[in-house]
Amino acid sequence: MAARSFSFKAPTPMPGWGLSFGIMLTMLSVVVLIPMGVLIWRGFVGFGAVGMWEVVNRPRVWNALALSFRAALIASLFNLVFGVLLAWVLVRYRFPGKRLVDAAVDLPFALPTAVAGIALTALYAPRGVFGAFILEHFGLRIAYTELGIWIALIFVGLPFVVRTVQPVIEEIDRETEEASATLGASRLRTLTHVILPRLAPAALTGFALALARSVGEYGSVIFIAGNLPNVTEIAPLLIVIRLEEFDYDGAVAIAIAMLAIAFALLLVINLIQIWSRRRMGAV
Amino acid sequence: MSLYQALAARLKRLPPVLVPVHINQTPPSMRFWPMMAVGALAIGSALAPAPAAQAQNLTLLNVSYDPTRELYREYNAWFADWWVAQGNPRPTIQTSHGGSGAQARAVIDGLGAHVVTLALAGDIDAIATRTDLIPEDWQSLLPHNASPYTSTIVFLVREGNPRNIQDWDDLVRDGIEVITPNPKTSGGARWNYLAAWGYAQENGLDPQEFVGQIYRNVPVLDTAARGSTTTFVQRGLGDVLLAWENEAYLALAELGEDQFDIIVPSVSVLAEPPVALVPGHLGDDTLRALATAYLEQLYSPEAQAIALRHYYRAWDTSAAAPDDIARFPEVNRLTIDYFGGWAEAQPLHFGDGGIFDQIYQGQ
Repeated sequence: MAARSFSFKAPTPMPGWGLSFGIMLTMLSVVVLIPMGVLIWRGFVGFGAVGMWEVVNRPRVWNALALSFRAALIASLFNLVFGVLLAWVLVRYRFPGKRLVDAAVDLPFALPTAVAGIALTALYAPRGVFGAFILEHFGLRIAYTELGIWIALIFVGLPFVVRTVQPVIEEIDRETEEASATLGASRLRTLTHVILPRLAPAALTGFALALARSVGEYGSVIFIAGNLPNVTEIAPLLIVIRLEEFDYDGAVAIAIAMLAIAFALLLVINLIQIWSRRRMGAV
Repeated sequence: MSLYQALAARLKRLPPVLVPVHINQTPPSMRFWPMMAVGALAIGSALAPAPAAQAQNLTLLNVSYDPTRELYREYNAWFADWWVAQGNPRPTIQTSHGGSGAQARAVIDGLGAHVVTLALAGDIDAIATRTDLIPEDWQSLLPHNASPYTSTIVFLVREGNPRNIQDWDDLVRDGIEVITPNPKTSGGARWNYLAAWGYAQENGLDPQEFVGQIYRNVPVLDTAARGSTTTFVQRGLGDVLLAWENEAYLALAELGEDQFDIIVPSVSVLAEPPVALVPGHLGDDTLRALATAYLEQLYSPEAQAIALRHYYRAWDTSAAAPDDIARFPEVNRLTIDYFGGWAEAQPLHFGDGGIFDQIYQGQ
């Protein structure tokens, strides 16, 4: 069967292909493709690559971009570890209040991010409950530093890893682990050679989703960041500043720069995913 | 007739642009084309202008900025009663609040405001220059530069003024933490910046150096005035908050006068939050009369008393409570003309690569 060849022929004789394809394409166009296309068209045709480069190629913009992607990477890496652990606990153990914890994982999805930002700032500000304690005992300031941005991004990204890994853990049979143990593998070896490889593709997907979500996060971060230029100013804030100046071209230029970097990052993650799938065989 | 044939038959009646040529031959491999046309049609109808509002039930939309919520809630109720007392049916008055610049952008992008009441003349200028909605001479159409009330910038310090902050030159001392929002995103912050600039100029200091020193003492740049107030009041950060006078009094009223003191500096600014009609959205004569009256009545003694009660400095004190007038101390207030008007000050200080950007570039 030449299923791979490019054609718009209906794949089965059953009716409905044209309609569903049409609805899909229309919806995708209206919501995603056309807005993205307009953004890129406006940047390259309306403004020009040279003009965009001049907007982006400044220390302040590079600092903001570096901060946004660095903080998003750190927060997503943290979520990768912590999220897998949380998912593991939620699937494998029974404890009082388990369903409550399970439901709480979704809160960052539901809560307006500004609310999260204000709540986190209240806790981690130098006068807040956690903030005062950490400042006194460790001499660290959390809110209004880069650490604060990490915490806000960890908050918004957490559910992605948990929710992608959870169903996969549910599918792992205990028999596999028992088999591994009876064949003489240590607990650590069972973990690293039997369990984690099976989780890797899902965990990477969750990581990529969390990363994508936190790179563009604005609402919660501006409350906790301090927003000092070159220090704690995130790239999305620079875009908002450009819009405040009615400088749509400048905003588009920074947006396209973020889009390009995010695209490159997601591409790398996808390549790692393909590599890990190949290594594991089809999962 | 199959669904597909029905669809194709309907598509033939469409303007030719929307219908691809292949539609009559309909080879099976091209079946997605009519669906593309449906998509184009859906987009086209979404972009078509909405029918004009009905004249019978009058709804007035006032697009305003953040700190005026309380003021306009009270004024809207008063004005609706007044309008009914003039023998008219009761109008519905809606107010939209947000950052002044963002609100101006929303109107430019098509938010159907009937009147705008923003923080800065520059924001209404932006609507006037970028669209045909507002005439260029809007500011001369109402008294007092179209500003029914004014305000100024004051210092809010902690109770008893422990750091002894009296004037602008105290803000550049080592170890003083100053809380002010980012002038790039906040209208109020631009006034804070300009007031400091004016003080330096009045006292023979190098203004750029002086303002730069103040910003070196700023640990957090919030994006809006309310955010800075929260940082100072709730988070307990900083020694002094540069605030709208009305915000400072509101903070005192909400949190008790035993927590903060208001310090009035020797030099400040005359902030004129202006109002304007949006004739481009007032095709209907009745609606236009309502909107015109809405702005004109802001200057009536009763409305001025409401503004004074909400800690704005209004012009007409004849109907106001004595307490609401006595509250405001005399202060040397520089107008925006001192800084060359918004058309000059905005790009010079706050534009891309302007003096504010240079302050942070130099670090």
